[in-house]
Amino acid sequence: MALELSDLDRELAGGARGGAAAFAMRLLMRLAEAVDARAFIAIEQAHVDGCLYLGQASLDFVERMTALGGKVRVPTSLNVGSLDLIHPELFRGSDEVRVNGKRLMQAHIELGCAPTFTCAPYQTAHRPRFGAQIAWGESNAIVFANSVIGARTNRYGDFIDLCCAITGRAPEYGLHLTENRFARAVVQIDAVPPGWDMERLCVAVGHFVGRRCGGLIPAIVGLPADADEDNLKALGAAAASSGAVALFHAVGLTPEAQDLKTACGGLKPKLVLRLSADDLRDAARSLSNVRDGAPLAAVTLGTPHFSMSEFARLMPLLDGPRPVVDIWINCSRATLEELRARGWEERLSSAGLTLVVDTCVYVTTLMRVGAGAVMTNSGKCAYYAPGNLGVEVAYGSLAECVASARAGKVVRL
Amino acid sequence: MSGAAFSAATLSMGAASGAPLRLDEPLSFWGGLDPATGRIIDRWHPQLDANVAGRVLMMPAGRGSSSGSAALAEAIRIGVGPAAILLLERDPIVVVGAMAAAELYAIACPVVLARCEDWTELAAAQRLGISAEPQGARIVVMQGR
Repeated sequence: MALELSDLDRELAGGARGGAAAFAMRLLMRLAEAVDARAFIAIEQAHVDGCLYLGQASLDFVERMTALGGKVRVPTSLNVGSLDLIHPELFRGSDEVRVNGKRLMQAHIELGCAPTFTCAPYQTAHRPRFGAQIAWGESNAIVFANSVIGARTNRYGDFIDLCCAITGRAPEYGLHLTENRFARAVVQIDAVPPGWDMERLCVAVGHFVGRRCGGLIPAIVGLPADADEDNLKALGAAAASSGAVALFHAVGLTPEAQDLKTACGGLKPKLVLRLSADDLRDAARSLSNVRDGAPLAAVTLGTPHFSMSEFARLMPLLDGPRPVVDIWINCSRATLEELRARGWEERLSSAGLTLVVDTCVYVTTLMRVGAGAVMTNSGKCAYYAPGNLGVEVAYGSLAECVASARAGKVVRL
Repeated sequence: MSGAAFSAATLSMGAASGAPLRLDEPLSFWGGLDPATGRIIDRWHPQLDANVAGRVLMMPAGRGSSSGSAALAEAIRIGVGPAAILLLERDPIVVVGAMAAAELYAIACPVVLARCEDWTELAAAQRLGISAEPQGARIVVMQGR
């Protein structure tokens, strides 16, 4: 199918809007051909995932854009970088990452991106509206925008998210189109293990869905009606780590899934999975690779970045003895401002917690990891930390993480 | 000496050859691949510890982190990326990583969309030659390592 270009697309590609736009449009046109898109659409905003330093290639690409005088054409938020620019003393990695990582973050600001440096742009002023066409990177942000908000984005990776931002265009394919947003898998939760809280349930469901649904959009039936945004965020983040999930429907909870029929668009599902209490226990258990009672080195919270409502749940848990291992919490610099305004930052640091902004402990070198495992309440962090940080992990609920930090070992409640 | 030839669709252009490495599950290049060595480090992955360097990587689809493009481009830059990638589903993250490496470093890692019915035969070959051009791609079974 031939690619149809608008006048604007031709101007962009031809260099009338600058060299960076022409370079970006050329890559987008080749991507459009590779994904079989027929045209481009206008996007309202972008979220760029390229400011985490993954090696020279990350920087070379962005410096090509800055050298060509590039500027973003739509409001653009930035994902986490490799450094906490507010607390630079926390960084313990190599000089290469320190220098190039900082330059990479700065170069994106020069391109006109907003220095949000968060993997949860949906918790900021950059939250898109229902139905908005957007181009987002960062797998958890993508799945949240599509599923919980009902905005429309494909899984835009590094490089191409910036190309979309610089042109204001995205190939018209995949999840931008209504007909591709219907569920093709149904995941029915038959039973929840007794005593489980919502947080654990959503992480276990997310992990299961990612492992088992392949490329099919799932409609999840049977999540309790009081699952909130933080729970759905954790579900999506887990599913987008263990699988390629870019959109899920939670029937009765998410905006394109008032009921199962609507979520499926009248199509017959290709896959129907039933989740028993045992399946859920297995999913949660598989996120830990140490036994209960194992010694802990640290606890990390806020993958994706902790929201104000998550801080509100954490605060009362801090009343009691000081933790004996470090607790790290990742959040955005905007959230840090709010914590300061509420006087919570002081309470957190006096309880021995370390706040990390602009980055996340599992993508860069901050934690001093000695003997013992790292515990987290994040399915995403539990999934990636062993590979990224070379540590053993334990997954537990927020309350279990705090109790374990006090005990210095993995505690179950 | 070469044997059977298979047609495929070009997702990213170039010519390359190498021994096939068939993945039983999709791989996220970010968090799943060590870009300094090309080794698979995803502890959930059935081919954990296999090395993709110089291989014709056969993976059914992409998955996981959207940072995969940069991780793939970096592995290609260092010279430990796959020689070529065969997919069964179009995956923009894989395609963009290969395109960026081609733009920045002029190193081609062709990405092609193979046919499902050819998959087993391709995986059994000792060596595969890929040539991906705008009009289409060809995969040739080659003898020897």
